Amino acid sequence: MTATTGAAELAISSDGLTKRFRGQLAVDHADLAVPQGSVYGFLGPNGSGKTTTIRMLLGLAYPSSGSARLLGVPVPDGAVAVLSRVGSLVEGPAFYPYLSGWDNLARYDAADRSAPPGPAARIGAALDRVGLTAAARKKYRNYSLGMKQRLAIAAGLLRPRELIILDEPTNGLDPQGTREVRALVRQIAADGITVFVSSHLLAEVEQVCSHVGVMRAGKLVFQGSLPELRRTGSPRIVVRTADVAVAGKVFAKLGLADPAPGEDVITAELGAAEPELICAELVHAGVGVRGLSVESPSLEDLFVGLTGEGFDVDH
Amino acid sequence: MSTIDQADLATGATGAGEPAAYVRGNLRFIRNEMRLVFFRRRNLLLLAVVVLFPLLIGIGLKLAAPQSHGGEGGGGGPASGGAAFFNQLAGNGVFLTFIALSLLLILVLPVVIAVVSGDSVAGEAGYGTLRYLLAVPAGRTRLLAVKYLTILTWGVVATFIVSAVALLAGVILFPIGPVTLLSGTTVSLAAGLVRVLFVTLYVCAAMAALGAIGLAISTFTEHAIGAIAAIMILVVASEVVDQIPQFATVAPYLPTHWWNSFDSLLRTPLDTTALWHGLLSFVVYAVVFCAIAWARFTSSDVTS
Repeated sequence: MTATTGAAELAISSDGLTKRFRGQLAVDHADLAVPQGSVYGFLGPNGSGKTTTIRMLLGLAYPSSGSARLLGVPVPDGAVAVLSRVGSLVEGPAFYPYLSGWDNLARYDAADRSAPPGPAARIGAALDRVGLTAAARKKYRNYSLGMKQRLAIAAGLLRPRELIILDEPTNGLDPQGTREVRALVRQIAADGITVFVSSHLLAEVEQVCSHVGVMRAGKLVFQGSLPELRRTGSPRIVVRTADVAVAGKVFAKLGLADPAPGEDVITAELGAAEPELICAELVHAGVGVRGLSVESPSLEDLFVGLTGEGFDVDH
Repeated sequence: MSTIDQADLATGATGAGEPAAYVRGNLRFIRNEMRLVFFRRRNLLLLAVVVLFPLLIGIGLKLAAPQSHGGEGGGGGPASGGAAFFNQLAGNGVFLTFIALSLLLILVLPVVIAVVSGDSVAGEAGYGTLRYLLAVPAGRTRLLAVKYLTILTWGVVATFIVSAVALLAGVILFPIGPVTLLSGTTVSLAAGLVRVLFVTLYVCAAMAALGAIGLAISTFTEHAIGAIAAIMILVVASEVVDQIPQFATVAPYLPTHWWNSFDSLLRTPLDTTALWHGLLSFVVYAVVFCAIAWARFTSSDVTS
């Protein structure tokens, strides 16, 4: 029901999308909903199933169960019909090292049955867009890492697209290259093209994304707009005092969840409690309050909270 | 497995509304693939080496048979087997074509076909370009068809190069004139050249079958060199088994068994039994291995 009504506005949608490799679940019932016109950050640590999901969306891998739609067209059955409207960068750039940048783009362009006449103009424009016009005749094997990445994005932009899928577009790039890619993503999005960009780094997509989906061990553990993600984090009360033990008792009396006493500081989830009331109660109990504040978790904290951290020091 | 193919056919059907654009799109892809294969430096080098072989064989045989100016003395009886060509060569340069083809069929031509067919899908997978070609979208069945068409063309070009260079060297190094066949009868030079053409086409058919085997093997790996090695091992193994009398019952089913059967084209009256057996074997091998390649390629995940 939602699939048919939602399909029109969703650039990518999936329903119980699952991929099993030799009994191991790489993607476990992912229900993606990527609104058209959004910049969707697809987050998760390495190995959480992001690339496998993207491979299924592009018809490269077949789902074990579940279904997916690209621009309303079911994949992989309709992949050949819809993919000419989708640009993609999957697991890094891949080109023929012995061909020039131009000839490499001509190769992918020639493979596209639905391309209109005039490949030279198309290839020239795509190279120009990523700033590789000067290096067009250079052999791909002599390109720098950043140039390779930009050539891959140029390949994705050969035809007018409605959706661009970028899998770890800044992987292995220096800060300069990362900035270039980020600027390109902004530029593409400004043209009204939906961008689906995966990354294992929140900071990388935080500045450009309107929506995020977070993967953990094959499961989509969060999906929504950035403000929605912020709202999932519960603010904490932070009290600086020498009487941590007494303050802890006050917290317990007030029913504050997850108290975390430290040295000269104690924190707990604020929940529905009023900070003013907590302050009054602390003073009433004779706690010498040196400082009291309410802190909201950063997106980074929320991200780590959702995805888990291999060597988490807090837990 | 059939899902992608249906999608291929579906777009083919919509494209049929604009048949000109559909044909142009496919021709563009074929032309690009051919250029990629034929202008790749490695492949050009391979063709250059192939050109050397008939020249070397011609020069070698010329030096070994200084009495070749004796003219039409080499008529001989109806000898059989590859060695029969050698006796005829002294009398007529046209026979260098047959000698070169039968010698190069043992190893050199199979290597030339194996390199391109083994590289066809595995090479793309190894570079990672396969995933981008499919995302373009090239269409899995369409990509495979273009690959096989290019392998076929490559095989034909390589075989004709051997034939043409050998013929040229034969004309330069040896006397030329009416052709005395292995059966002892003499036909005109023109008729002899027609037989050269048929022999060359027969070898092309043999290489087409090998190309299909190579294409199929190529869909199973992302290491081009592994695929090429596997094809060559298969060829050599088949040739070895073919030589062992105890395996005579399976010999006719070996992929290489009929490769050299073209010598019946050099006899009159023409006994076409072996030729038809050979062609049937090539067709069966080509169809079966193209089907294997298709089934594998359209049903498996691209993970490279």
